Amino acid sequence: MTTREKILASIQANQPSLMPLPEQFTFTSLFPDLTKQFSDSLAFVGGMAVVVPDYKAIEAHLKEHYPALTNVATTCPELAHMADVILDVADPHELSGLNLTIIEGPLAVAENAAIWVDERQLPHRVVPMITQYLVIIIRQSTIVANMHDAYKKIQVDTTGFGTFISGPSKTADIEQSLVIGAHGARSLIVYILP
Amino acid sequence: MYMKVGLFIPCYIDQFYPKVAIATLKLLEKVGCDVAYPLQQTCCGQPMANSGYEHLTGGCNDNFVSNFAGYDYIVSPSGSCTLHIKHHLHGTNETAATEIRSRIYELTEFLTDVLKISTLEATFPYRVGLHQSCHGQRGLHLAQMSELVAPPYSKPVQLLNLVKDLELIQLDRRDECCGFGGTFCVTEEAVSAKMGKDRVADHLRHGVHYITGVDVSCLMHMEGILKRANSNVQVKHIAEILTATV
Amino acid sequence: MNQLNLDHAHAAIEFNKNEPRVDWHDETLWFVRTKRDRAVAQLPEWEQLREAASQIKNHVLSNMHDLLAQFEENAKRNGITVHWATDGAEHNAIIHDLIQKAGATRMVKSKSMLTEECHLNDYLTRHGIEVIDSDLGERIVQMRKEPPSHIVLPAIHLTKADVGETFHEHLGTEKGATDPQYLTEAARQHLRETFLTRKVALTGVNFAIAETGGFVVCTNEGNADMGAHLADVHIAAMGFEKIIPRAEHLGVFLRLLARSATGQPITTFSSHFHRPRPGQEMHIVIVDNGRSRQLGRPDFRNSLKCIRCAACMNTCPVYRRSGGHSYHSAVAGPIGSILAPNLDMKLNADLPFASTLCGSCSNVCPVKIDIHDQLYKWRQVLMQEGYGPTSKTVSMKAMATVLESPRLYRMAGKVGRGVLRFAPVTVENRFNPWYNQREMPEPPAESFRDWYINNKKA
Repeated sequence: MTTREKILASIQANQPSLMPLPEQFTFTSLFPDLTKQFSDSLAFVGGMAVVVPDYKAIEAHLKEHYPALTNVATTCPELAHMADVILDVADPHELSGLNLTIIEGPLAVAENAAIWVDERQLPHRVVPMITQYLVIIIRQSTIVANMHDAYKKIQVDTTGFGTFISGPSKTADIEQSLVIGAHGARSLIVYILP
Repeated sequence: MYMKVGLFIPCYIDQFYPKVAIATLKLLEKVGCDVAYPLQQTCCGQPMANSGYEHLTGGCNDNFVSNFAGYDYIVSPSGSCTLHIKHHLHGTNETAATEIRSRIYELTEFLTDVLKISTLEATFPYRVGLHQSCHGQRGLHLAQMSELVAPPYSKPVQLLNLVKDLELIQLDRRDECCGFGGTFCVTEEAVSAKMGKDRVADHLRHGVHYITGVDVSCLMHMEGILKRANSNVQVKHIAEILTATV
Repeated sequence: MNQLNLDHAHAAIEFNKNEPRVDWHDETLWFVRTKRDRAVAQLPEWEQLREAASQIKNHVLSNMHDLLAQFEENAKRNGITVHWATDGAEHNAIIHDLIQKAGATRMVKSKSMLTEECHLNDYLTRHGIEVIDSDLGERIVQMRKEPPSHIVLPAIHLTKADVGETFHEHLGTEKGATDPQYLTEAARQHLRETFLTRKVALTGVNFAIAETGGFVVCTNEGNADMGAHLADVHIAAMGFEKIIPRAEHLGVFLRLLARSATGQPITTFSSHFHRPRPGQEMHIVIVDNGRSRQLGRPDFRNSLKCIRCAACMNTCPVYRRSGGHSYHSAVAGPIGSILAPNLDMKLNADLPFASTLCGSCSNVCPVKIDIHDQLYKWRQVLMQEGYGPTSKTVSMKAMATVLESPRLYRMAGKVGRGVLRFAPVTVENRFNPWYNQREMPEPPAESFRDWYINNKKA
C-alpha cells in the first residue's frame, strides 16, 4: 500500500456519512453607492482611491504624486509613454528595481476593496508585490458589491495564477502597530475610470 | 395559576451562602409560587464532571432525580448548576431525568420567561455592576453574547430595571469571564486569580457599590479578591437585590 | 525558565510573575478582539455566513476521500506534483528531498502552522538546510530561537523593545530603536535579499479547491507571493482538511477569515495558485499526521473544520493571561487544546483543563466549532484513559462519595463550615491555592437546609 492509499483508506474508514452542502451560501450586500463603498474600504485598508474622468487625469495626478520618479513600468497602452522600464523580461528577478508599476484590474469588490488580477494583467506574477509603489486602474462598471458576486464573475483557473489585492502590503506583527509596506508595495493608488 | 416549584440550592450556596437561598425562596413565594425544598438534595455533580470525572456522577444524578422528580418546575439561583443539569443529567430512571432536564430553570429566566414578571417591589439605591456569568449567559442564553451579531437582550437586566433607585453601570468588557471555572480556580490559580482581579477592576473603575450576578460561585471568587484587597465593595446575588427594601 | 517544558498551569505561573506584562498582553489581544467585533458587526448576515461555512466544512469532512481524490486529479492536470505524507517525518523527508533535487541548501518559507506542527525547521537545519521564515512575526521569533506564540500573530508575546533588541543583534539596527516602522523597514530590506536569492520557496495553504485543483494562500505582507513567484521550486504544504469543494465557496471563507483574524475585511493578498509559471516546479504535500484519526472521533472530528483564524485565541481570557507558549503546542489557545490531545494524549492532557469553559471561543469561531464542548469532552476522555494524576482521581472519588450521599454531605458540611475545608474548590489540593490571592467567605452559622427546617418546615 502506498502512503497515498493508506491515507485515503484511513479517511474513507473514518469519515462520517455524507452531509449535504448548504443551499444558501451566497448573500447580497446592499451598498447605495458601490464606488463610494469601494473607496471607503480602500481607505480603511491603507490605500487611496481617486475617481478620474480619463487617462490624462491619471497622468496628471501621478506626476503630482510621484514627481520625477524613475523605474516606472506599465501594462497600460494609454500610459506607456510614462514608463522607462519594461515588464517584459525573461527572469522576474530583473524586476527587483521597479519603483512604480501601473496595471489594470478587471474586477473590484466594494465590501473590501479587493481587486482581482491574473496573468492576463500581470506579465510576471511577482509584479504587484515586487514593485515599491503600485497603481491599479479599474472601471466603475466592474465594481461588484461583495466576494460572492466576485466569484460569480471570475474563473479562478483561467490562468495559472490570480490574486485579490486589497490595499498596500502591511504588517502589525510588532506590537499590533500597523506598518504599511511589509514585503510588497508600500502604497496603492486605485484610479477609478467611468 | 398553581405550580409546584422545587427549589434546587447548589451545595456551596447551602453551605456558604444560605442568605442567597433564603432570598430566592422569598422571591419565588412573593411572586406567587408554591415552593418546596427537597431535603435530601446535595450537588449537581458538576465539580466532578468538569474535572473530567462525569463517570463518577451517577450517584449525584440519581439522588438529584429522586429529589426533584414530579415538580412542575425546578428553579435554582445558579446558572452554572442549572446548565449542568440541563446538559448532563441522566439516571437509572432516564424518563424522570429527561423530564427534569426540560423543567429546570435558572431563577432569572424563570421569572422573565415563565412568570413574565413586569413589576417588583424592590428598592436598592446603589450603583451596581452586573457580572454576566458565562454558563448562564452563553450556556442558558440569559443575555445576548458580545461575540454574536444579534439583537441585544438581557434577562437579569430586565429584572434589575424593575428595582427602584438602582443604577446599573456599563462595564468596559461586558461579558468577560471572571476566571472561577470550578476546579480551574485552584488548578490554574495564577490565571484564575488574575482574571478575577481584572474583572473586579472593571467594576471598580465604574465606581460600583455592589457587584451582582446570577452565579454565587463567580461572586464568591470576586468577593475573595475584594476582601483580600480590603475593598468595601460587596457582592450580592441578584435574588438579594430583587428582594431588597430600604 | 523555558515555558515549553512546563504544563500549562506552571507555565502560566511563570507568565504571571510579571503582572504589567500580562496586562499588556491581555490588552493587546483584546484590541484584536474588538477590531474583529467591529468588522463582523458590519455584516448583518454574519451569523448566516458562519452557518454556511460550518455546513460547507461539515460536507467536506463527510466527503473528504472523494474531494481529495478530485483535488489530486485536477492538480496533476494543472502540472502540480502531489505528494502524500502520513506524518511529520514523511512530510519533512519529502520536502528535504525536493530541496536536494533542486540543488539548493537554502529555502525561504512563508507562514505554515503545519510545518511548525511537523518541526520542519529543526529537521532541515539538522540536515544542513538553512530556512528563513519570511513572515515578519515568524522571522522575529525565529531569530530568537522561539516558537510562534500565536498562529496569526507569531510574535504577539514580544514588545517592540524586545524586537528592537533582537534586530539590533541580528540585523544591526540601532541599539535601543523601537519604532515599528523603522524595524519593519529593516526586516523588509533583509528579507528582500532573501526572496531574490532563494531557489526554493515553501508556503502554507489556506484553501485547496477540489473542483479546480488549485490552492489559495492569504497574507498581508505579500511574503508568500514574493517567495513563490521568485523561486524555481514552489512547495505548498497542507493538512488534508484544507480542502473545499468549489471556488465559489471561497466567497464564504474569504469573507470570514480576515474579519475573524484581525478585523480586516480581507487579507491584502488572497493568491490563487493553479499552475506553475513557465519553467517553475510546483509541489503540494498533503499531510495526515493524525487527522484521519481525529476524523474518526465523532466528538472531536469537527475540530478539523478550523481555518486557523485565531479568533478563539484573541477572545480567550485564559490565553490572554497565560501566553501562547504556555500551551507547548504548535497551535495554542482553545483550538490547540482540542487538536493537541489527538496528537499525543499524555503530553497534552493538561490543555483541555486550561479553560474555564466560558464558551467565548465557540461564539467567535467562524466555522462554528463547538470548542468549549469539546474541551469538556476531552477532559472526560483523558481522565477515563488514565491520564489524570492518581491523587486527583482519588480525591474525585472521595468527593463523589460525599456528594452523592445526603447523609455524608450534611456531615461534611457541619465539619467543613467550621474549618472551611469543605468546598469543591478546595478538595483536590493540600495547600489550597485559593488563598494565594483570595479570601474564603465567612462561614455562616447554619446551612440553608438547617434554616429551612427551623423556619419553614413547620
